[in-house]
Amino acid sequence: MGREVSESCIDSLVTEMVFSFCNRFYADKSDLAARRIEAIGYQVGHQLSERYTMERPRFSDHLEAIKFICKDFWSEVFKKQIDNLKTNHRGTFVLQDNRFRWLSRMSVEPSLETGQEGENKATEAMSMHLYFPCGIIRGALSNLGIPCAVSADISNLPACSFVIRIKA
Amino acid sequence: MSRASGPRSGDAIFASVERVNAELFTLTYGAIVRQLLTDLEEVEEVNKQLDQMGYNIGIRLIDEFLAKSNVSRCVDFKETADMIAKVGFKMFLGVTASVTNWDADGTCCSIVLEDNPLVDFVELPDTCQGLYYCNILSGVIRGALEMVSMKTEVTWTRDMLRGDDAFELQVKLLKQVPEEYPYKDDD
Repeated sequence: MGREVSESCIDSLVTEMVFSFCNRFYADKSDLAARRIEAIGYQVGHQLSERYTMERPRFSDHLEAIKFICKDFWSEVFKKQIDNLKTNHRGTFVLQDNRFRWLSRMSVEPSLETGQEGENKATEAMSMHLYFPCGIIRGALSNLGIPCAVSADISNLPACSFVIRIKA
Repeated sequence: MSRASGPRSGDAIFASVERVNAELFTLTYGAIVRQLLTDLEEVEEVNKQLDQMGYNIGIRLIDEFLAKSNVSRCVDFKETADMIAKVGFKMFLGVTASVTNWDADGTCCSIVLEDNPLVDFVELPDTCQGLYYCNILSGVIRGALEMVSMKTEVTWTRDMLRGDDAFELQVKLLKQVPEEYPYKDDD
């Protein structure tokens, strides 16, 4: 294991990054903010994947590459592996993390904001946060030569599923 | 834990907190800076926004610092600077800084950082002249100190990305607001 920093550092940085892009740089332009957050994640994922695969033979197929994301890559970034991997064998993969670290530590307090509106707000804030890990996955796979689209599904909190659709 | 046990060492705290791979942190920060350079165009504006992000982080991080370090709030500026360098940098970034260059009346000093995880793998292109890459750090210190009633001005005086031999932050105490006690002491 190389150099480490306290987890608060990355939590604070990501939280502040999402906040700044959503509320300061692109206030009222949430699609632009989302695109920027995803782009930052993409860059990070691309570089991390480059570093983690430096001394490794190329992956023979998509499944091998996805398994690498689920195991080695996820362990480096989130200190645990993906809990469940599903595929339709036609280019769609669903990676489920039963307790996604960045959501379990998010300070959304649904108790403070009751009702439908509060819930919507909380969900919106969470989806903004999720553009970052989605970007990380897309960047990592793109570095492995696999162009794809990645989205997140949080209908089963605190579990989070990342849906990867590989572009033919 | 008993309050009388005094401040904990930065090493002890760092060993006990949840830690992550520094690469993730370093690359994320780098990607943010790059995105800001693209979006905001003006380097001056990027410096300002990084400082603002740091400030926002600092005003929240101070609570964790106080809780984990067991440092009492009633310290003078000298002790405060020492705490930032020896405990603060260590418990969050895993590195130690030193405090030097005190002025005669003890309101201005330098925090020197020889090892800085924010700049691992970073090289600035010529187009980024004028960029204070680590400006988020000065913002964090300014924000955190403001929460303990110390208004400061924090500026970079040395920067390894600009060819200096270390990172040096000058921290100047502008105003110390006396601690306010909103609640009456127990009789």
